[in-house]
Amino acid sequence: MDWITTVDHKKIAILYLWAGGLFFGIGGLEAILIRIQLIKPMNTFLDAQTFNELITMHGTTMIFLGVMPVIFALMNAVIPLQIGARDVAFPFLNALGFWTFLFGGILLNLSWIMGGAPDAGWTSYTPLSTTTYSATHGVDFYTIGLQIAGLGTLIGGINFLATIITMRAPGMSYMRMPMFAWTTFITSAIILFAFPAITVGLVLLTFDRILGANFFEVGGGGNPVLWQHIFWIFGHPEVYILILPAFGIISEVIPTFARKRLFGYSSMVFATILIAFLGFMVWAHHMFTTGLGPVANALFSVSTMLIAVPTGIKIFNWLFTMWGGQVRFTTPNLFAVGFIPTFTMGGVTGVMLASAPADFQFHDTYFVVAHFHYVIVGGLVLGLFAGLHYWWPKMFGRMLDEGLGKWTFWTFIIGFHMTFFVQHFLGLMGMQRRVFTYLPNQQFDLLNLISTIGAGLMGVGMLFFLANIFLTSRKPADAADDPWEDGRTLEWTIPSPPPEYNFKQTPLVRGIDAFWKEKTAGHKGMTPSEPVGSIHMPSATILPFLMSVGIFIAGLGFMFSRDTFSSEALSFLFNNYIVTGLGLLITFGSMLMRSLYDDHGWHIEPEELEGR
Amino acid sequence: MMKTWQAGKRLLPMTATLGLILAGCGREDLSVLRPQGPAAESSFDLMKLAITIMIVVLLIVFSIAAYVLIRFRRKPEQREIPEQVEGNFKLEVLWTVIPLILVVVLAVPTVKAVFAAGNDHSDDKNAIKVKVTGHQYWWEFEYTDYGVKTAQDLVIPAGKDIAFELSTADVLHSFWVPSLAGKMDTNPDGTINRFSFSAPNEGVYRGKCAELCGPSHGFMEFKVKSVSDAEFEQWLASMKSPAVLPEDPEIAAKFKSACLQCHAVGDQGIAMGPDLTGIGSRESVAGILLNDDTGVDGAPILDNLKTWLHDPQGVKPGNKMPDPKKDLGLTDEEIDGIAEYLAGYTLD
Ligand code: HEM
Ligand SMILES: [Cu+2]
Repeated sequence: MDWITTVDHKKIAILYLWAGGLFFGIGGLEAILIRIQLIKPMNTFLDAQTFNELITMHGTTMIFLGVMPVIFALMNAVIPLQIGARDVAFPFLNALGFWTFLFGGILLNLSWIMGGAPDAGWTSYTPLSTTTYSATHGVDFYTIGLQIAGLGTLIGGINFLATIITMRAPGMSYMRMPMFAWTTFITSAIILFAFPAITVGLVLLTFDRILGANFFEVGGGGNPVLWQHIFWIFGHPEVYILILPAFGIISEVIPTFARKRLFGYSSMVFATILIAFLGFMVWAHHMFTTGLGPVANALFSVSTMLIAVPTGIKIFNWLFTMWGGQVRFTTPNLFAVGFIPTFTMGGVTGVMLASAPADFQFHDTYFVVAHFHYVIVGGLVLGLFAGLHYWWPKMFGRMLDEGLGKWTFWTFIIGFHMTFFVQHFLGLMGMQRRVFTYLPNQQFDLLNLISTIGAGLMGVGMLFFLANIFLTSRKPADAADDPWEDGRTLEWTIPSPPPEYNFKQTPLVRGIDAFWKEKTAGHKGMTPSEPVGSIHMPSATILPFLMSVGIFIAGLGFMFSRDTFSSEALSFLFNNYIVTGLGLLITFGSMLMRSLYDDHGWHIEPEELEGR
Repeated sequence: MMKTWQAGKRLLPMTATLGLILAGCGREDLSVLRPQGPAAESSFDLMKLAITIMIVVLLIVFSIAAYVLIRFRRKPEQREIPEQVEGNFKLEVLWTVIPLILVVVLAVPTVKAVFAAGNDHSDDKNAIKVKVTGHQYWWEFEYTDYGVKTAQDLVIPAGKDIAFELSTADVLHSFWVPSLAGKMDTNPDGTINRFSFSAPNEGVYRGKCAELCGPSHGFMEFKVKSVSDAEFEQWLASMKSPAVLPEDPEIAAKFKSACLQCHAVGDQGIAMGPDLTGIGSRESVAGILLNDDTGVDGAPILDNLKTWLHDPQGVKPGNKMPDPKKDLGLTDEEIDGIAEYLAGYTLD
């Protein structure tokens, strides 16, 4: 109950982490099944339809439901602490964002047991995703599930923007903000501008499918290429929504374990902003073979290549942060150090893909599969591992085991390179992607076998991580405030895990890496910027949960509104939009409750604070 | 411009070595790395340039990383705090400018090649015009100037430019012959694509569909057969000659009533499904059952036809052909008879 009604950012972080972990596990199992099917030519382990459902759900699940929530978990756990705030700007909305995300994700995955998963690829290109060619409810689960989950992401993004703009501790100017706070800030801005595009796209596709509209239907004057533009105008920035937080994490972990401040802080900030800006200008590089013509292809080629410049700045700045430092190879730092060369490899293949005439060959082959996994798994997932191991003691009060952590690192990264490095060559040798099997004697066999073995090894790495979490959870929660001893930012000045109100007194920030600055000045902690006083806290509430349940019911109701059921009563309820209405009633009713009933929250008094 | 060229020139020896190594990768009739025509060569040249630049970048990053990680490990006795360096303006400018230069080195030939690839030969009197239509899950090739239509095997004269007009009858597909040229999507009406390639050497090349198009997307393959001018003329002539029908009148009647409802041979039937004229001379049945009497890559054509006709769904799940036995009511003998007829229906 406590978990369902909580509005505390630290608990919501943990909710995001478990939910993300669950979906990541589902996506991972899907990946393993895909790889088993491809282990040898003409394999009959899976049939073609199931395979297409698996690749669609694997991609969709990983991107929207697997890594996004883990990113949000870290942001929720860390951002208020790093900027010296007591919570996020809108705690109620924060909870709402989580629950809509979770129910959207559940809805999407219900498709496995409710008559067919989506099968048109995670990009859902029309006409393949229209009812003519994808007749089950699969794609409806995709459009409506993602719509609901996307709502949560958008809410979360806006919340972080407001939090970072308004709630920084005294003295923390923008140019003194930790890098992770900066990348969260920019990521949230990208979410704000990119998500409305996919929202509109999903609404149009839903209308095409459920209400018989003709936005993308050729016969009715619609245009399927329009969907590709809408999808990628969102989809490309989405890639940066994923990678920028990883950049932020690496920029926190490396300085801590090199005992040096981040090299070229202001150029890092500048590069982040530039990447976000360029991220919106390059979507058509996913569409070079669509036939946009030479002028568009040339422009998008060159603008895409330009992204290499700010990215390069970041890589060299990280390397020079370690230059002259004292590098410690803790588990988080192993992941961070492993990130640099691995991500660089994904980056350089990105530049190769940017050259349109060469991309005519690369596009839709395993070369592309290799590229985006180098970026997403070799970049983002390694970054998330670094962040999780780094902040785990702050989130849970327990240090993860270093020995198991190193096992996780080595099996995961070796498995990763085995899986995806060879895929570059598969693509170049003529293997297209999204194929459920392939003919023998095309020289694809050996490389596919290696790739599958690598995927198994990555799975083993994940098991080490799970074991680590499990064993750690049975130990006493006794982590120090600053367990890595070289913490540089504000989150390391308070207990692990932090009390509900985070900071007894809001700290005064006197420079970049505020805590490190105080430590080198010989102080034990931060100088407070206010006397101890009564702290205002928001009340717990079940309304966010109820609102999301309502939306979930409405979504299901709308999806099945045109179906005939074996039972008269069910048909009646669905076909007359009664189920949809009921769901909306729950949601709007909860909203009404929220407006009518004034909740002033509660206070923690100074005596109580001192009593601890 | 001068500078870029010089930078490019310095990369040449490495590009050449790399080209040699990569050229060992994959089958000659399939691999992007073993281009067999000018269009694929132009892509390959860019790829070599890009790979060379990227390997240089990787070597630099890897060496700095290795050096830093070995040289600056924390030693147990270290207690003093390292100097907190803010940054270095000159260094930061350096690693902004060098990538910019590298981008320019790659961007200039890219833009040139983009415009070169945009040249589509559709007005070229000497080019052979072919209308390609993608279907779930087969390819139709129409030679508009000659009034000839065929499926699965694209026959072209060696060395001639072929001007393609690409479209689809249902969902999106992508037309790709890796060793001859990059891919191009087949879109529905309104966004029809044009491009061109040529195959200077005679031979058979493997083509694939590269856009997810349904369950049998992976099986939507085709062959490009590059032949001499004389052979090409001969092929056109025999494609246009009147249809050959089964000798056995009963089989002929069944073939007409069951198969020609969707297929065509010569001047008979309708071309809703793949045209079957001269199918006995094709490289494959249904695009993926390779015809090979030696049995190395596939099976003899008669076996392949039987495999297909006895279970089309088993060969290509989700395809639109009715099952001859279950849906069209043919007996096993009739099916085998039709298979024998089709296997023997060759072009001279
Ligand atoms: C154990 C780790 C993983 C393995 C073995 C794996 C394997 C695969 C395979 C075999 C495919 C299908 C390629 C094709 O379309 O033909 C694929 C697609 C994809 N994967 Fe992964 N993957 C893994 C992790 C991830 C992660 C962590 C993410 C994202 C955060 C991810 C994102 C994607 C995406 C977006 C696609 C494209 C899906 C589509 O084409 O519809 N993967 N993966
Ligand atoms: Cu296809």
